[in-house]
Amino acid sequence: MTAPSVEGVALRHRLAERGLDRTLLLLLPAAVFVAGLFLYPFLYGLQLSFQPQDGGGVFANYAEFFRDGYLRDTIATTLWLGVPAALGNVAASVPLAYRMRGRFRGKRLLTTVLVVPITLGTVLTAEGLLTFLGPTGWFNRVLLGLGLVDEPVRLTHNYWGVLFSLIITGFPFAFLLTLSYLTGIDPSLESAAATLGAGWWQRFRFVTFPLLVPGLAITFCLSFVLAFSVFPSAILVGEPSGGTRVISIAAYHAAFEEYDYSMGSAIAMIMGVVELLVIALVLGWRATLYRGSTGGKG
Amino acid sequence: MTARKISELRLEGVSRGFGGRLALDGLDVTIKGGEFVALLGPSGCGKSTALNCVAGLLPLTAGRIWLDDARIDTLPPEKRGFGMVFQNYALFPHMTVRANIGFGLRMRKTPAAEMRTRVDEALRLVQLADLADRLPGQLSGGQQQRVAIARAVVLEPPLVLMDEPLSNLDAALRLEMRTEIRRLHQTLGLTTIYVTHDQEEALSLADRLVVLRDGVLQQAGTPEQVYTEPANRFVASFMGYRNALELPVTGGEGRMVRLEDGGGLTLTGVRRGEVGGAGATAVACVRPEDFTVGDGPNPVAAAVEVVEYHGRESAALVRADGGVALHVRTSARLAPGDRVTLSVPPERVLVFAP
Amino acid sequence: MTRTAWRPGTWVVWGTVAFFLIFVGGVVGSVVVNSFAVRWFDTWLPDGWTTRWYGASWSDFDLPSVLLVTFQVSVLVVAISLLTGVPASYALARREFPGKRALTLLFLLPIMIPPVTYGIPLATVLYKFHLAGTLAGVVLANLVPSIPFVILVMTPFIEQIDPRIEAAARMCGAPTRAVLGRVLAPLLVPGMLAAGILVLVRTVGMFELTFLTAGPDSETLVVALYYSVSAAGIRAQQQVDAMAVVYTMSMLVLLVIALRFVNPTQLVTQIKERPGT
Repeated sequence: MTAPSVEGVALRHRLAERGLDRTLLLLLPAAVFVAGLFLYPFLYGLQLSFQPQDGGGVFANYAEFFRDGYLRDTIATTLWLGVPAALGNVAASVPLAYRMRGRFRGKRLLTTVLVVPITLGTVLTAEGLLTFLGPTGWFNRVLLGLGLVDEPVRLTHNYWGVLFSLIITGFPFAFLLTLSYLTGIDPSLESAAATLGAGWWQRFRFVTFPLLVPGLAITFCLSFVLAFSVFPSAILVGEPSGGTRVISIAAYHAAFEEYDYSMGSAIAMIMGVVELLVIALVLGWRATLYRGSTGGKG
Repeated sequence: MTARKISELRLEGVSRGFGGRLALDGLDVTIKGGEFVALLGPSGCGKSTALNCVAGLLPLTAGRIWLDDARIDTLPPEKRGFGMVFQNYALFPHMTVRANIGFGLRMRKTPAAEMRTRVDEALRLVQLADLADRLPGQLSGGQQQRVAIARAVVLEPPLVLMDEPLSNLDAALRLEMRTEIRRLHQTLGLTTIYVTHDQEEALSLADRLVVLRDGVLQQAGTPEQVYTEPANRFVASFMGYRNALELPVTGGEGRMVRLEDGGGLTLTGVRRGEVGGAGATAVACVRPEDFTVGDGPNPVAAAVEVVEYHGRESAALVRADGGVALHVRTSARLAPGDRVTLSVPPERVLVFAP
Repeated sequence: MTRTAWRPGTWVVWGTVAFFLIFVGGVVGSVVVNSFAVRWFDTWLPDGWTTRWYGASWSDFDLPSVLLVTFQVSVLVVAISLLTGVPASYALARREFPGKRALTLLFLLPIMIPPVTYGIPLATVLYKFHLAGTLAGVVLANLVPSIPFVILVMTPFIEQIDPRIEAAARMCGAPTRAVLGRVLAPLLVPGMLAAGILVLVRTVGMFELTFLTAGPDSETLVVALYYSVSAAGIRAQQQVDAMAVVYTMSMLVLLVIALRFVNPTQLVTQIKERPGT
């Protein structure tokens, strides 16, 4: 090694004092990719959305979106699908994960089976739902056979089909996430509560649940992101021009069917903002909770 | 604070198996009201299992537990009303010190005013009155320990269970907390079961010791009994009999036995339990500090190999001429290579069956 | 706790799981059965069985080339995201520096924002550079969530490797190259394997980004499947289902491989399940 010059050493010392050294160069490739492929297009889309194709001022696209009921209502439609799906998935995960937090035989098998729907993805789930829930599908056959209904229940090409699709792909996700948060809570806390006279409901209510809530908030956010970006299933098992015309369909329609990239970008931006608003709301609430250690090791 | 007095806690053949292996095998112990009992043994000996069985956190696989005339082993932990201090303290991280200590009272629907006075009293008892509104994460290890103890005793439980409460503290703090626990026990008179693997801790704290090994009771008795009259070779080595010499028996009369290694080492010691006659093998156990350097009974000619300086004393590893290695503690100044003669009074040599 | 009291709540919980699994089984089963059906209308099971739909979809949808594209895209995405993500994770795990929080946020955003939101502007940018519709464009689009995902998995993994191991290697006289190659790399392999497989599964299953950026020659399996489903009516439903089964099988094979190396929980989160106490 050659001895570096005195000024070089001094500069390096000053940088090292602030935590900068050559190791940080390792960040460069990833940062360049993310900046070029995510940040730049995002900002490009943002400025594009302020340059409406049909003229009419900087905010014309946004004004148009909120004036046109057919576009504006997509926000409500999307939330009406995404929020119940995410809430329901999280709510159903809690008792299930609480039951399954210990070790038992077959736990790995069960979690593996639960992972399958995640990997199937939305397209296959939609295709399967069309056959399974369709008027002549097995589901309606069972209901008819049991005498629960007199005629097939309509569960596809409407709100319910999309909701089922969101539950099938979203529930395992929420469940596994909840389970991993729950196993991070030191089991001796519940033992301690038990020796202090707390029954199972009190142990859950006063000890486990408060420690789990911050994790549930994150689980809700991630489930919501999944459900909010619902796209293929809303087209395939839903009613893409009516009851399940979600905001991503509107954005896709504007950009790739009407070739109005400016409007498409504007809708995409609105979509991002709405989603981030919901997440900010949840995280803001989470910030008021206890979020420290949950006693788990590591 | 006055505890609800019990007259005794009785364990009858308490066993606990884990997948075919018995972690605790038929433990019979009776603990009297107000007693401080230490469950002692190396890790994996079943002492924590026993404690968890008493607490109700682990169901028994056989046996019964009686609290006076009530059978309690079928009750869930929340119905037993014992106080427990956990090894990692298990403080509720999202509750203040005050809420942690008051948790058990809250579960019992204690009126707010009474709860406040009792928590205040417990806080004073463990000298934490200033920190009542902190979260456990903001406390030092010793302070967390005090909170855990206060949480367990504020309910004035008939029985307090402590699971190696000092093992996560550094040496100085451990000594301080040990005194603190002893003081609390003297003040409150709470019946206590204390689990530890540290014999010094057990000797200094407990009224009675229960020594376990592989889930089996080895000896129960006062600290003095266990210390001076260990029931077997295992208890002896656990109680500081560091030299355990397996040697052939060559004779002896009455309670005395003579062992020889055939290379010049002859030890006469006290027979403990069944020891075979001449021709059998036995184990002679001697504490390092019972050896004296210089002529006397049971003389052993040896050479010093390693010396560790321990302040007033030093510990030395010496090799008897027959090849047997001996651990010695002495205030005599030794240096590696010195030739010495050691001696030990026969009543300080305990001879067990191997 | 070992006490297993069979309260009504337990039955409700297991009932829900059973119902969910039956539901999923029904969904997958319907597709599989239909793909082998000669004709299946208003009956429990089809009239007859055949495998000809597989042959038909193999030629009609040009499956060989679709599978090739899927393979190329996934391998490229896995390789590039590992090559860029792992060094970045190393720097994030080992160093404190000004702007670290902002950078972490930048790496986290692509995972938090729905793919359609940035996919549309990204597609327009790719059109501008004439990359839309090409294999390169699809790979680039899929890198956006993949690189952050690798960073998300690898950073905690590297954090738990004791930095003193590297220090010890240096004290033994190893130059940087040897520290990286002989000490760090073997320790990183399990984490990289996990991250790579997870990225592979996600890329093969990624619909939105590929759909927005792919052209006719750069469709992956899932996009081809979408087109065949949404164009149903032109083709026999069974033929579409045969394609869906091919997709399912490839996903399941990937899943089985993945689960040899990672915990099921890791498929959705970087949080590792701790060994129970």
